[in-house]
Amino acid sequence: MDLSYTEEEEAFRARLREWLGSVLPGLPAKPDPGDWPGRRAYDAGWQRLLYDAGYAGLHWPADAGGRGATPTQHLIFLEETERAGAPYVGANFVGLLHAGPTIAAEGTAEQRARWLPPVLRGDEIWCQGFSEPEAGSDLASLRTRAVRDGDDYVVSGSKIWTSHAEVADWCELLVRTDTQAPKHRGISWLAMRMDAPGVTVRPLRTLAGSTEFAEMFLDEVRVPVSHRVGAENDGWRVTMVTLSFERGTAFVGEVVACRRTLDALAAEARRSGRWDDAVLRRRLGRLNAEFRALWRLTQWNVSEAQASGGVPGVGGSVFKLRYSHARQELYEAAAEVLGAGDALDLDREWVLDRLSSLSYTIAAGTSQIQHNIVAERILGLPKGR
Amino acid sequence: MDFQLSDDQRALRTGMRELLAGRFDRDRMRAALDGGGGVGGALWLELGAAGLFALRLPETAGGVGLGLPESVLVFDEVGRCLLPGPLIATQLAAAAVKGAAEGEAVVALAEAGRPVGHLAAADALLVLDGDSARVLSGGALRRLVGAAEPVRSLDPGTPLWRVPGLAGYESEPLPDGARLRREGALLTAAEQLGSAARSLEAAVQHAGEREQFGAPIGSFQAVKHLCAGMLVRAETARSAVYAAAVTEDPVEIAGAKLLADEAAVGNARDCLQVHGGMGFTWEADVHLHLKRAWLRAGQWLTAADAEEALAADLG
Repeated sequence: MDLSYTEEEEAFRARLREWLGSVLPGLPAKPDPGDWPGRRAYDAGWQRLLYDAGYAGLHWPADAGGRGATPTQHLIFLEETERAGAPYVGANFVGLLHAGPTIAAEGTAEQRARWLPPVLRGDEIWCQGFSEPEAGSDLASLRTRAVRDGDDYVVSGSKIWTSHAEVADWCELLVRTDTQAPKHRGISWLAMRMDAPGVTVRPLRTLAGSTEFAEMFLDEVRVPVSHRVGAENDGWRVTMVTLSFERGTAFVGEVVACRRTLDALAAEARRSGRWDDAVLRRRLGRLNAEFRALWRLTQWNVSEAQASGGVPGVGGSVFKLRYSHARQELYEAAAEVLGAGDALDLDREWVLDRLSSLSYTIAAGTSQIQHNIVAERILGLPKGR
Repeated sequence: MDFQLSDDQRALRTGMRELLAGRFDRDRMRAALDGGGGVGGALWLELGAAGLFALRLPETAGGVGLGLPESVLVFDEVGRCLLPGPLIATQLAAAAVKGAAEGEAVVALAEAGRPVGHLAAADALLVLDGDSARVLSGGALRRLVGAAEPVRSLDPGTPLWRVPGLAGYESEPLPDGARLRREGALLTAAEQLGSAARSLEAAVQHAGEREQFGAPIGSFQAVKHLCAGMLVRAETARSAVYAAAVTEDPVEIAGAKLLADEAAVGNARDCLQVHGGMGFTWEADVHLHLKRAWLRAGQWLTAADAEEALAADLG
């Protein structure tokens, strides 16, 4: 058990810190949350800066255009960028954390050459076409069909909860290519152009009032067979590669952000006098234990991945379960710090975050599904009926 | 950064688990309870011979020369098998009390305002009062024992005594009482971790074997989710405890104790629920883990004090 960093890792941290210090003051102002083209330009611009400085695709393998960094270096990167208040991965989320790693792991040389560099440069934005109205957590029930017609698949159906659909260039799309096979077996993974004829995007309004995601309707959209990653009907396995990335690393930077928010809550409570309330004070103390432990759990998982040399394991489900609830508790505490009046004011800091935190126990596999995964895959309990 | 167990640490953990399985299996544990739940003198000597109490003494002083992380791994195993006795106080006082390192002396813990465990078996008392520590033994200890009243202990493995007060007895001051309290809290958290893991194992085993409505109850989501929640609790606490052992940071230790207490108590409660009616019987071990977890939660560092320490660190 060693929590110290090597000289090399510390040097990496120092260089990164220096670079962040030089580049962050020159960033343009953050766009309005409702301004999607503005958000895309902002996120792509940040990605381009990372690319030019050699930090793009840090944890991607070198032969996929990444830096082949160790998981520890990746952890340092996420820690330092968050600590410095650098932009989130934003619209590049799916490309960098889902589609890119999947193509890097499962794609042909041609596919890697076509799709990976634009993701790293911030030139192309990806979105995720997995969920459907009838297939959310039960992803394998998806019904969007792809029928072979010459060198194309003809795709019809609909997708939902698609983040960044309005500004994406590509969609990682799961389709059913064999309707007769058992439900996990007949699925394929396709890269679909979002401007292809027959693609219609309709934004959905979240309970926070924003349009974070969209519905997508696919009406006889033609996707070249060469845009399939992995073998036909092997898309489920390909997808599992993608999802293990999502659950393993996607939330790392956010733990650092939550710790920052917790400090800000305590500072605000001290300023406003609410700190004298022992119940609230102790509640914030407990959250301190929570987020410190989540950070250590992150380090534990990263060390484990580094030791096993591969894709993050199911330990990601343990993290995701604990983290998504802790995040909600953090913003419940924020509401208490703000007090009954201010907690209802959408212009106050943390109020929108309180609303957004409600999605954490749902997105990327609900807590109920995560509990099933932990119980069946880690604890070995029998499959349910 | 390699936040995983080293090969030596793994070997130590395995060795300790095997040793305890041989010296203190469930039958011995149950027999010890039936015999009043005190410290077994022979077992105490065996643990001493195995190096449990001398683990952190330097090799030059006849110790094993290991650190806090190794101690944490050992007490994790201790907690798992419900080994009775003031093992942590004895290890922490091993340098100060003659015979403690060898298992020839038992050092019990006394904290102001709380009942004292294993007083009758104690050769010395480690007295903690805020951030000060002292050792009480000999005639002073005999006078204190004379003034003490036995308590009908909630934990059948820990006989308890109420003492009127701890002041006025001649004693030997110990340096760095704050550090002793922190380390005691951390090692107790390690015991809680072992207990939490054991409760989880028992629940999973029972859920896989017990059939109701024609299927193992572990196939029902309601039961599954209880078990998954137990794992999440135990593993989150584990990261906190291990990290605190490495950094020895006071705030981190407070967090580790808080989360490990919660994991041990929460997992024992959920384990009881998974066991259903059987879990409410004396024969099932579930209640023993729960009662010991409650006892430990009140020792060295309480939730309220831990939360205040963690709050003071913020902002």
